[in-house]
Amino acid sequence: MKRTIAFRRKAADRIMKWVFTLCALLVILPLFLIFFDLLIKGAKELRLTLLIDLPHPVGEPGGGIANGIVGTLVITLMTMLWSVPTAVMCGIYLAEYGRGKFASAVRFAADTMTGVPSIIMGIFGYILLVLPMKRFSAWAGAAALSMIFIPVVVRTTEEMLRTVPTTVREAALALGIAQWKATLRITVRTAWPGILTGILLAMARIIGETAPLLFTALGNQFWQSHLDQPMAAVPLQVFTYAISPYEDWHDKAWAGALVLITMVLVINITARVLTRQKR
Amino acid sequence: MPRKTGGNIKDLLFERTTGAFAFLVLFLAVLLFAVLLRESLPALRKFGASFLVTGTWDPVLDTFGAAPFIYGTLISSFLAVLIAVPLSVGAAIFINEFAPPWMKTPVSFLAELLAAIPSVIYGLWGIFVLVPVLRDGFMKPVTKYLGWIPIFKGPVYGPSMLAAGVLLSIMIIPFILSVSREVLATVPQRQKEAVLSLGGTRWEMIRIVIGQHCIPGIFGATILGLGRALGETMAVTMVIGNRPEAILSLFQPGYSMAAVIANEFTEAVGDVYLSSLILIGLILLAMTFAVNLAAKWILTKMVARASRGI
Repeated sequence: MKRTIAFRRKAADRIMKWVFTLCALLVILPLFLIFFDLLIKGAKELRLTLLIDLPHPVGEPGGGIANGIVGTLVITLMTMLWSVPTAVMCGIYLAEYGRGKFASAVRFAADTMTGVPSIIMGIFGYILLVLPMKRFSAWAGAAALSMIFIPVVVRTTEEMLRTVPTTVREAALALGIAQWKATLRITVRTAWPGILTGILLAMARIIGETAPLLFTALGNQFWQSHLDQPMAAVPLQVFTYAISPYEDWHDKAWAGALVLITMVLVINITARVLTRQKR
Repeated sequence: MPRKTGGNIKDLLFERTTGAFAFLVLFLAVLLFAVLLRESLPALRKFGASFLVTGTWDPVLDTFGAAPFIYGTLISSFLAVLIAVPLSVGAAIFINEFAPPWMKTPVSFLAELLAAIPSVIYGLWGIFVLVPVLRDGFMKPVTKYLGWIPIFKGPVYGPSMLAAGVLLSIMIIPFILSVSREVLATVPQRQKEAVLSLGGTRWEMIRIVIGQHCIPGIFGATILGLGRALGETMAVTMVIGNRPEAILSLFQPGYSMAAVIANEFTEAVGDVYLSSLILIGLILLAMTFAVNLAAKWILTKMVARASRGI
């Protein structure tokens, strides 16, 4: 009798171990499936022309997503140009001076914004810029994306600055350096690799965002050098091609997705390597 | 850490400058709520609370109700959580308790990569790989034998509430997994060792110690995953089927709040139509806000309890 109970307990232990292992396998399985399909189906259309040609009309062979690649880079750059300073400065305020009701309100606002669905940021960009300007534009797209970018970077900047030991700050001040200089040159610089990681991860995220661009940047079939006009972006092209009924556009969608995931992963992994070196 | 700026004008200036940027962030958040509220007023005035429960969605008659979209959002998200939670918690237990040390980092890294994939790519993969596989491998055989159960009713098209739920579950797994791992890590090592030293097996240790300790935290992780699922747009739009009807069967096409905004926003002519879509956005915002707040509250309480060493 005693033996069977021991046996049962051991068996249960072993079975549960396999159940948990299976869970872990099932969790990472989709990742491999998605990458596999992206490589197989995306490689079919992955030629140089994809990267340097404009989209062709349906039925016409060839064509590329060059305007989308450039558009994505331009919109991302526009977003970061004003979002990085805003978010980092706000993060510095929260970490260095952030006490009291005002700081908690800012923290709460940033936390709330990180949880807001990205499509709502698209509505925000539409109301704020598309309606008054009476046209879809790269500006509106960048405004929508910055609403996603800023709160994430605010919180990582604050967290990273808080990891800087108080002794470092005190040492700087003890040397007679002005506080603002000590903050910028010592505290921020010490935390910089972590802050940069946060910036890169947020950048990787906005590069792949589609929903906020649907009714702000809208997309475009041609080259666009005016920032107050509709602009193409790779995620928008992937979406348009994927839901179209045309076989050759489906191939383009896969190729575009392969380009997009490459951009995202390169930035994402760079960010992670940076953090690892720091530790 | 920060000291009072003793009259130094540059220090004060620096504090004020960073403070101005902080104010800007706060202002943006308030502005977001304010403009959404203002633009949704026409629809709010016209339909009132009946907007939440009416099922008509008719641009021609200018009559709008959000019920089918709210229904679709809730069902697809609950389905996603139902699938994702056991898998994520199981995987978290595997990584934290069973995996050999060399395996921990790569497995959690791979799971985190799932969170980095853009949602339009999930949608693309959903349309061309997941939906056909689900349709032929699961929905068709199930309808054939269990079609008399309302939630499995055919005919099977492919794009469906089930497809959206499964795809969403893959997308929210990394978030639930990482929070679950943090929660599991709050269990004091000596409690686990105590069970093992009494001759308990590892499964018994997990069941007793973690079971008693981690339920609220895992509940918090679940709510957090739900918050993610509610607002997800592209992937759901691409596989849910986009039919504005509340149908009980999981194999039938549905619609979600985010999806209807994505699909109809640029075509919305007429103030009431546009305003109704923005009102749906506002309701979605309120839902995700409430859910995220609840998750944060639960998780903070959990961490506070853990730090007291209970």
